[in-house]
Amino acid sequence: MEFRTYSSPHLSGTNHVGRLMRGVMLAALPGLILAWWFFGWGVLVNLVLAVSTCIGAEAAMLRMRRRPVRVTLGDGSAALTGLLLALALPPFAPWWIPVLGALFAIVIAKQLYGGLGYNPFNPAMVGYVVLLISFPREMTLWAPPQELADARLSLVQTLAWSLLGTLPAGTGIDAISMATPLDTIKTQLGLGLTLTEIQAGPRFGSLGGYGWEWVNLGFLLGGGWLLYRGTIQWQIPAGFLGGLFVMALLFYAADSDTYASPLFHLFSGAAMLGAFFIATDPVSASTTPRGRLVYGIGIGILVYIIRAWGGYPDGVAFAVLLMNMAVPTIDYYTQPRVYGQGGE
Amino acid sequence: MADHAGDHERLDLSRLHHFHGGLKLPECKAAATATPLRTLPVPPRLILPLQQHIGEPARPVVAIGDQVRKGQLIARAEGYVSVPVHASTSGRVTDIGDYPVPHPSGLSAPAIVIDSDGDDTPVAGTPHGDYRSLDPSELRNRIRRAGIVGLGGAGFPTFIKMNPGPHKPVDLLLINGAECEPYISCDDMLMRERPQEVIEGIHILMHALQVGTCVIGVEDNKPEAIAALEQTVAADHRLGDIRVQAIPTLYPSGGEKQLIRILTGREVPSQGLPADIGIVCQNPATVAAVYHAIHRNEPLISRIVTVTGTGVEAPANLEVRIGTPMRHLIEACGGYTPGVDRMLMGGPMMGFALTSDALPVTKTTNCLLATTREELPPPEPPRPCIRCGECVRVCPAQLLPQQLYWFAHARDFDKAQDYNLFDCIECGCCAYVCPSRLPLVQYYRFAKTEIWAQERDRIKADIARQRHESRQERLEREKRERAERLKRKKQAVREGDDNSKQAAIQAALERARARKQTGADSPEKSD
Ligand code: SF4
Ligand code: SF4
Repeated sequence: MEFRTYSSPHLSGTNHVGRLMRGVMLAALPGLILAWWFFGWGVLVNLVLAVSTCIGAEAAMLRMRRRPVRVTLGDGSAALTGLLLALALPPFAPWWIPVLGALFAIVIAKQLYGGLGYNPFNPAMVGYVVLLISFPREMTLWAPPQELADARLSLVQTLAWSLLGTLPAGTGIDAISMATPLDTIKTQLGLGLTLTEIQAGPRFGSLGGYGWEWVNLGFLLGGGWLLYRGTIQWQIPAGFLGGLFVMALLFYAADSDTYASPLFHLFSGAAMLGAFFIATDPVSASTTPRGRLVYGIGIGILVYIIRAWGGYPDGVAFAVLLMNMAVPTIDYYTQPRVYGQGGE
Repeated sequence: MADHAGDHERLDLSRLHHFHGGLKLPECKAAATATPLRTLPVPPRLILPLQQHIGEPARPVVAIGDQVRKGQLIARAEGYVSVPVHASTSGRVTDIGDYPVPHPSGLSAPAIVIDSDGDDTPVAGTPHGDYRSLDPSELRNRIRRAGIVGLGGAGFPTFIKMNPGPHKPVDLLLINGAECEPYISCDDMLMRERPQEVIEGIHILMHALQVGTCVIGVEDNKPEAIAALEQTVAADHRLGDIRVQAIPTLYPSGGEKQLIRILTGREVPSQGLPADIGIVCQNPATVAAVYHAIHRNEPLISRIVTVTGTGVEAPANLEVRIGTPMRHLIEACGGYTPGVDRMLMGGPMMGFALTSDALPVTKTTNCLLATTREELPPPEPPRPCIRCGECVRVCPAQLLPQQLYWFAHARDFDKAQDYNLFDCIECGCCAYVCPSRLPLVQYYRFAKTEIWAQERDRIKADIARQRHESRQERLEREKRERAERLKRKKQAVREGDDNSKQAAIQAALERARARKQTGADSPEKSD
């Protein structure tokens, strides 16, 4: 009898790119739902716009590059980029903000570099940073947590604002939007207030910003599940959060009137989203185990530096992109010791 | 790198160590171990390849038409790294020529064909006395003459492993009974059913190596084998410290380097041998073959083969004569099931695919694995590497498989070597976990083959360059000489009379004619 032949190993596991990406998207659900709960329908409008633009752009680019469209879209990476971008955007952004960001992420940052696996920078963060630099006003249209808002928009009203730029009669954009807690700290410290005074305001909760702390907890939960499932390894999140925590602790201990507490930093802004979902993007991160720890710590420290002294209230996107640039060097210097080559 | 030769740290067997990475795999061993070991009858025709080991092929010492007996030498070792081949039964040599052999390349190789006479008459041999009266070099010779090679799959001549050289004191004999690949159970069955053969063989090897300590490492998914060995050791009152050590079931714990690390904490130096750190490692079936060779004067003419997979009706372990065509083994196991799709020799991680079941069982055939599509689906189309690092996490050699893949893919073989390509043991862990389904091991094998080929080319090129340079030198010299001659001639012409001028012209014409006759051979023409 004759047989077909293949190369070894003949056995393979159940690990699969599509499965990985879908797992990450699923893990983002608790954070996403909490964000919707606290910040309203804008979160979901952004999500739909960003994800569908990413998928459309990926399909168009693949067709142009003559790559298999359906199989490649099946890896879920474009949808995940859209999801991560949307989670980083302010809920009251006009429609073209998520669309432009998504286009930039997929077309420039991903496909022009060769598609999945070849992009040196995290596509979602490239999209986000381009928006932040080009449209600083639109990018600060954050919603306050619902209880704190003077007015709250329904789904239809949110759509009308996003697509047409119209608000219900009698409401101004100032009534529905509000600066983020990190932003608030930054501007009010500039006005000479102490942190204790600033944090007495209603927009601050017991851990971080009110509402924000819950969203961060949601991402922490999802991140824990990803770790448990083995979808991500511990080094990057641990490095990120550890770096941020230690930096915050040092300065908080030195001057707690000017520098927010470590816990506040961990549960504000995009800390948990960044640590578990954004910095762990495998393609643009370091791949050696020790390198990942270095990479994570680097991001954590940079996030703190940008938050404390930089020109922007939150720094996850910049920190991730900066460390993306350092990846080849990190990988080179953190190669594991090979079996039988002595040392350690 | 530490220099381990001679002065390795004291042997500490008190605790187990870990190796990096590894995989928990489905074991799939139960089907073939459910029934006791059986002996397959001698088939009517045997095909005995001349190369069933690493090294030089053996050279035939019989001719077509010769009558041979069971155990008779039919091909002798050629060179140092080689072992002889023996007739697996009595009968007539009917052909010596190229036959398809089980090899990843799928190529044919020289073999001796014997048609059995059905009598299985052995050569008259004299069992020797006590092995303890033989000195180590005599034992090694006898092991070599018996044609014994590593039966775990690699097929390295056993006598060479037993001769690590005077500067490498051996302090441990390690028996690799881990059998970590899924499906394979031939060593398990041997250890369960014939533990005394293994222990006897160990005593012989300990004597030959002059070592006092032996550890048998067995994965803890083989409790019967462990119990059988432990009982045999307990009943044995001879000198020598023989221990049976259960180790956690984790692929590839049976990789020689990994097993050594688990049991001793030592690491075989990169590109080195276990003997460099005072260890000799053998497989249980090899050790049993040594017992047969020394105690009973029987060369290696049979072995145990696991026949399993959902592609065969009744999986089992069979003791078969070397050279038996594989289809006899399948028939003895109830034949194929309807969905059979592939046949592998060895396990599903490191084994290779066979094209046909007409191939003969060789000394290294430990397992025949016939599988269905459901069991081992055909490979999925690969996607780009996403640098997830899963391969790094599981690689037992602590390599960066994704970087090796990248360099092999880009044909940057120097970089691949910088990233320690040659420390890859081809265990397949990386490809098993890869979410992009990249055929990583295939790339590593490709890169290794290319590098070897380049190496050969370089040696050839060096020789060619030397030739070119010496030719260049010769041409230069000739040109110089011609110029000299011309100068002298001109001088003569200028100085001499018309006669001498005439004579010179005449001479030149004659030389030209002579040159024309020798034709293309003249250096001026071949330029
Ligand atoms: S497991 Fe596969 S996809 Fe992941 S880094 Fe390794 S080669 Fe790349
Ligand atoms: S096949 Fe090579 S690179 Fe892959 S896991 Fe095994 S040793 Fe590492």
